Amino acid sequence: MSVRQLNLMVLPMMLTATLASAAAADERAAAQVLAGPCAGCHGPDGHSPGAIPSIAGLPEAELLARMTGFRDGTADATVMTRLMKGYDEAQIATLAHWFAEVGQ
Amino acid sequence: MIISRRGILGGVAALGALAMPGLVRAQAAAAHVVVVGGGFGGATAARYLRRLNPGMRITLIEPTQRFATCPFSNLYLGGLREWDSITHGYDDLRAAGVEVIHDLAQDIDGAARRVVLAGGDVLDYDRLVLSPGIDFRWNAIEGYDEAAAELVPHAWRAGPQTQLLKSQLEAMEDGGLFVMSITDGAFRCPPGPYERASMVAHYLTTHKPKSKILLLDSKENFSKQALFQQGWAALYGNMIEWISLADDGQVVAIDAANRTAETNFGTTHRADVLNVVPPQKAGWIAERAGVTDATGWVPVRGGSFESEQVPHIHVVGDATIAAPMPKSGFCANAQAKVAAAAISAELAGRDTPPASFANTCYSLVGVDWGISVAGVYRAEDDSIVEVEGAGGVSPIDANAAFRKAEAAYGAGWYAAISADIWGRG
Repeated sequence: MSVRQLNLMVLPMMLTATLASAAAADERAAAQVLAGPCAGCHGPDGHSPGAIPSIAGLPEAELLARMTGFRDGTADATVMTRLMKGYDEAQIATLAHWFAEVGQ
Repeated sequence: MIISRRGILGGVAALGALAMPGLVRAQAAAAHVVVVGGGFGGATAARYLRRLNPGMRITLIEPTQRFATCPFSNLYLGGLREWDSITHGYDDLRAAGVEVIHDLAQDIDGAARRVVLAGGDVLDYDRLVLSPGIDFRWNAIEGYDEAAAELVPHAWRAGPQTQLLKSQLEAMEDGGLFVMSITDGAFRCPPGPYERASMVAHYLTTHKPKSKILLLDSKENFSKQALFQQGWAALYGNMIEWISLADDGQVVAIDAANRTAETNFGTTHRADVLNVVPPQKAGWIAERAGVTDATGWVPVRGGSFESEQVPHIHVVGDATIAAPMPKSGFCANAQAKVAAAAISAELAGRDTPPASFANTCYSLVGVDWGISVAGVYRAEDDSIVEVEGAGGVSPIDANAAFRKAEAAYGAGWYAAISADIWGRG
């Protein structure tokens, strides 16, 4: 096999992997930005040092249900009911995944 | 099978022409980002840049060894907080790998990408984050200049000014009059003057109950107005009197030596303690950097908080024109994360992630009486828009348990955001 043949074989694989990892990096960066303001009250990565509940490492389904409930008015809160109205289903799913994955 | 090294490298170079991941990653790691200002915006930017870019050189310039926060400085005035509890150091940021220099940025050359420090050091940068906070428009109110502020404090940048105002309150006789002059237009912390009035009322009710508070306002209405006035009536009776613009509330002249404030229609109010929240503009180093416009504030692109006027400079926090976002510590923290993400993506050759912001501002009306305002914001092109239907203020008909919960959550917010910014510092 010549170098040229090898390149023809390997390069598309490398390119695909690079594009896939670039897309994953973009997605991760977007999720991190979306989750950024949460730390303002829930602490770094959702680890709260004070009176506001920690959200780091909670089960994804629970986070999803809580945030959706706040948004739809089926769960009570002081400020979360107001904030979650600013997030759509996809954004809530992203946040739930992010804080579930971030670890306890 | 023989594969020449050159052949493989040639192939990688061809791939690099498409994506160049290795090359730009190396550039990002070698970049130097300088952050000017160690408050809510700047210290957040430094921490998040460090998290997003291990190996990148990040330098934070901040004059003070311990940063005193405006948030919760009203609780210090009210006697509910010790001074040390509202100051934060930089050891934790240093431990995270941020180079912290305690000096004053004296000049910025945006063309040469250079910061000059008062101590003589010169720093070259690839990207600059400016979080300069506010400065005051001295003499916009006649007679109110820097010297006058030593007698009649503004206490609108936390530090010795806050301690001066506290000592004046403590020295005041029972039955004295506390007067606050409040600016209109764009200013730091829209609910701040009214939380301050609340906390002064708490202190006076506890220690000097015959005293009065007079608020001379240059505005017709104010942030969380109905909630504040409801709380004042319930907790402090008629101790606090608020005078609006239409009722001759606008102060046009201050006589610091005699502690008098003169209004637009010519009424003179003599105070036992006089506090002036004066007209404001972006911190002066922003002017040196050439990022301010005719308003005195800094126009930025909402998606990245990069200056509209000088490339490679991102500006965050109270100095920026970011309406509908208010000038709050929470917003500065949120903006700094967006700026850090935008800088990191750009240096790595990736697309800027879509900007998303939120704000939650708690105000303490009484020990167990907290209120809040919230908002969610996105960038559309380079404008910032508030998400309709989200946010708003605490309900006016909430019960005592709700107010008490928001008082506790306010303290929880302060602990959380301090940890997010300064860590254990």
